[in-house]
Amino acid sequence: MAVKNYVLVCGGSACESAKGNDIYKSLLHQAEVQGVSNDLQIVKTGCFGFCEKGPIVKVLPDEAFYVEVKPEDAEDIISENIVKGRMVDRLLYKEEGKKEYKPENIKFYQKQKRIVLRNCGLIDPESIDEYIARDGYLGLEKALFELTPQQILDELKKSGLRGRGGAGFPTGLKWSFTQRIDADQKYVVCNADEGDPGAYMDRATLEGDPHSVIEAMIIAGKCVGADKGAIYIRAEYPLAIKRLEIAMDQARERGLLGDNILGTDFSFDLEIRLGAGAFVCGEETALLASIEGKRGMPIPKPPFPAAKGLFGKPTVINNVETYANIPVIISKGGDWFARYGTEGSKGTKVFALTGKIKNSGLIEVPMGTTLREIVFDIGGGIPNGKKFKAVQTGGPSGGVLTEDFLDTPIDFDSLISVGSMMGSGGMIVMDEDDCMVDVAKFYLDFCVEESCGKCAPCRIGTKKLYEILSKISQGKGEIEDLQKMKDMGQAMKKASLCGLGQTAPNPVLSVLNAFEEEVLEHINDGKCRAGKCKDLVQYSIDESKCIGCTVCARKCPVNCISGDRKVAHVIDQSRCVKCGACYDSCKFGAVLVS
Amino acid sequence: MQTTEEYKITDALAAFVEEWKDKPGNLIMILHKTQEEYGFIPRTIAIELGRMLDVPLAKIYGVITFYHFFKLEKPGKNQIAVCMGTACYLKGGEDLIKELENLLSIGVNSTTEDGQFSLEAVRCIGCCGLAPVLTVNGEVYGKLSTDDLPAVVAKYTE
Ligand SMILES: Cc1cc2nc3c(=O)[nH]c(=O)nc-3n(C[C@H](O)[C@H](O)[C@H](O)COP(=O)(O)O)c2cc1C
Ligand code: SF4
Ligand code: SF4
Ligand code: SF4
Ligand code: FES
Ligand code: FES
Repeated sequence: MAVKNYVLVCGGSACESAKGNDIYKSLLHQAEVQGVSNDLQIVKTGCFGFCEKGPIVKVLPDEAFYVEVKPEDAEDIISENIVKGRMVDRLLYKEEGKKEYKPENIKFYQKQKRIVLRNCGLIDPESIDEYIARDGYLGLEKALFELTPQQILDELKKSGLRGRGGAGFPTGLKWSFTQRIDADQKYVVCNADEGDPGAYMDRATLEGDPHSVIEAMIIAGKCVGADKGAIYIRAEYPLAIKRLEIAMDQARERGLLGDNILGTDFSFDLEIRLGAGAFVCGEETALLASIEGKRGMPIPKPPFPAAKGLFGKPTVINNVETYANIPVIISKGGDWFARYGTEGSKGTKVFALTGKIKNSGLIEVPMGTTLREIVFDIGGGIPNGKKFKAVQTGGPSGGVLTEDFLDTPIDFDSLISVGSMMGSGGMIVMDEDDCMVDVAKFYLDFCVEESCGKCAPCRIGTKKLYEILSKISQGKGEIEDLQKMKDMGQAMKKASLCGLGQTAPNPVLSVLNAFEEEVLEHINDGKCRAGKCKDLVQYSIDESKCIGCTVCARKCPVNCISGDRKVAHVIDQSRCVKCGACYDSCKFGAVLVS
Repeated sequence: MQTTEEYKITDALAAFVEEWKDKPGNLIMILHKTQEEYGFIPRTIAIELGRMLDVPLAKIYGVITFYHFFKLEKPGKNQIAVCMGTACYLKGGEDLIKELENLLSIGVNSTTEDGQFSLEAVRCIGCCGLAPVLTVNGEVYGKLSTDDLPAVVAKYTE
C-alpha cells in the first residue's frame, strides 16, 4: 500500500546540528499520537542546500517547504498538513516581501539544476532501496552487462566530464591511461579529503547520497580492470563516514560489492581510509602516500598515479563530485550530460555559497551560470544593506573577483582567464566590511600552516608573503613590497613541487591586481577602509551623540571607557585593545571608527 | 599538562590491531583507533604499538606529528573547537576565540589547569550557513556572537 504523504526532514550537518534529529523524532511521535502513522512516511534525507534557513522539513506531494523548524512544530505539521491537508502558513518559506508561498517561486532553487545532488534531500541516504528506486545502480548494471570498457570510456568522453577536484582534467582520458596498462593489480581511489577551509560540497554529497559515489567507483573498477578501491575521507566528517559504511554494507549484502558482482566474474571491494587533518593530503600523490601509512608528502609528477599510483600500481583517483556524476552519465548516456554546461565545461558544478550572503547554502548550477545569477538571484544578495565587494573562488589556491566580473559565465576556462579558478567549489562572498589585505593574509596563514615543508620555494615563500602582508596590515608596509610580493609569487609558481606551493600566491596576487588601491591605502595613508586591520583603526566617542548610557563601558573587556551616567564617555586610547565591542554595542551611533 | 597516568592497550585496540596487522599502510588507521580509545596518543601506547607492529618509534612519531588531527597531550574533559574556516573567519570566528581565551583564561590550543576545558581552532565543519560556529564535544553551536559564549561555557561547567 502506497502511503499518501512523504515528510522529508533534513539530516544534513547544519540542520542536524540544529536539532534535526529531535524534529525527526517529534514527527514520528506526533504521527503516532495523532493516529496517522500509516498515512505517511517520514524520511531523514541529506542536505536540501538551503542551510541558512534550516532546519528544513518538506512535505510531499503538497510541496510544502518549511524552514527554521523546531521540534515543537512537529505537532502542527502533523495535525494541519497531514490530518487536515492544509499547510502550516507560519512555517512556510516566503520570499522577502511576499505574503504568499508558492513552491515554484523559491528563487534559491529556480536557477539550479541538480545532477550531482539528484538524490540529496529526496531519499534516505541510509536506505539502498530508496537509491535503487531512483534508478540507482542502473548505470552499474549497464556497465556490467551491456558495455565494454572501451564503450564506458566513450560515454565518459562524450559527456565531456572534467574532474571536480580542482584541476578539471578530462575524466574519460584519465581512466583510459589506466585502462590501457597491463598490470597484475590496479586501484580505484576516491579523494574525499575536501581541504578547502570554507567548503563542504563533498561532505554533503557523501552524507546525502553515498551510493552514488560507491556505484561510480565500481564502474571505474570494471572499466579499468581494478578489483580494489579506497575512499580517503577526512576524519573530521564522522557522519559521512558512518553513512558510507552503512552504504557499503548494504551494497555487499545485495551482491553489488564483493566477489562476483551480480553473478558476473567481476569482483571489486572497497575500504575506507581516514585522513588526519593535513591539507596537502588532498594532493593526489600525497594522498596515496597517506593511504600507504606514511607522512603525506607529494612527489614530483610524472609518473602520474594513472600509471604508478597506490603501492606503485596504476590507480584511478577522482574527486567525490566527479564520481557522483558518473552513474547517471552511464545510465542516461554521455550525450544527455553534454546538453548541460558550456563548450569546454559540461554538466553542473556544486558550490558552497557562504560569507556575506543572504541565502548561504549548497547550490548546484549548470556550468555557464554567471556569478551575478549566483550571488543575487540564488543567493539573494548581500544582507544588512551592505555593498557587494568581491567573491572568492578556488579557496587558498584561487582569487577574488570584483563587481566587474559578475557577468562572467562560470566554467573552468573563463574563471582562469579572469584571474581566479574553479577550485573545488568554495564560493565566498565579501562585503564592504571585509578588508582584502586581511583576506589575503588569512589564506596565506592557512598555507604557511599547511605547507609540508618539503620544498623551499613553498616553505619559505609562504612565510615571507605572510610576513609582508602582516607588515602592511600594521601600517608598516612599503611601496616596494608590492613588487616584492609579485616577484616572489611568480617564483613560487614556477619552482614549487606541488600544487599547494604553486597556487599559494594566487590569493595575494589577485588582491594586488584587483584591489591595488586598497592595499596602497594601508601603505601610504595607514588606513584600513574596512576597519579590519586593528593596528590601523582607532575607536573614539562622539561627544555630541553619546547620551551616557554606560553600555559600552560595561562591554569593554579592558575597562578603558570612563564616564558618569548621562555624561559623554571617553576612551583611554593607551589601553584600548581595539576589540570593537563598544562600536557594536552603542545603540546611538556614538562610537566612531577611523 | 603532564600526564602521569598509566595506559594499557584496551581490548578494542588489541582487536583492531589484530584485524589490521597485515594490511599495508595500516599505521594511520591504528593511530585513529588509538585516539578514539584514549582521546589522544599516550606515549606508552605508542611504544607498545611499535612493538606490536614492528615499526620503529621514530616512524610512529614522524607520522603523528605530520598530521594535525593526532594529539600528543590529553585534551580537556570538554573540548571546544572554534571554526576558523573562511566563512566563519569572515563572520567573526576570531572574536569568538579571543572571548573564549578570556573566559577560560587559556590560550588557543591548550587546556585549563583543572582539565575541564580545552580550546582549539579548526577548519570548516560544514555548517557555514550557521557561521560563525563552534562545537563543544561535537555538539554544534551556530550563529554565535561573543555575548552567547558565557552561557555556552556555563552549560558544561560543573
Ligand atoms: C594542495 C592540493 C590540495 C588538493 N585538495 C584536494 C581535495 O581536497 N579534494 C580533491 O578532490 N582534490 C584535491 N586536489 C586535487 C587532487 O590532487 C587531484 O587533482 C584530484 O583528486 C583529481 O580528481 P578529479 O580529476 O576528479 O578532480 C588537491 C590538489 C592540491 C595540489
Ligand atoms: S609545494 Fe609546499 S606542500 Fe607542495 S611539496 Fe613543496 S613544500 Fe610541500
Ligand atoms: S554606548 Fe554609546 S551612548 Fe552609551 S555611553 Fe557608550 S558611546 Fe555613549
Ligand atoms: S575597542 Fe574594545 S577595548 Fe577599545 S574601547 Fe572599545 S570596547 Fe574597549
Ligand atoms: S543541512 Fe539542511 S539544508 Fe543543508
Ligand atoms: S567555515 Fe566554519 S563551518 Fe564552514
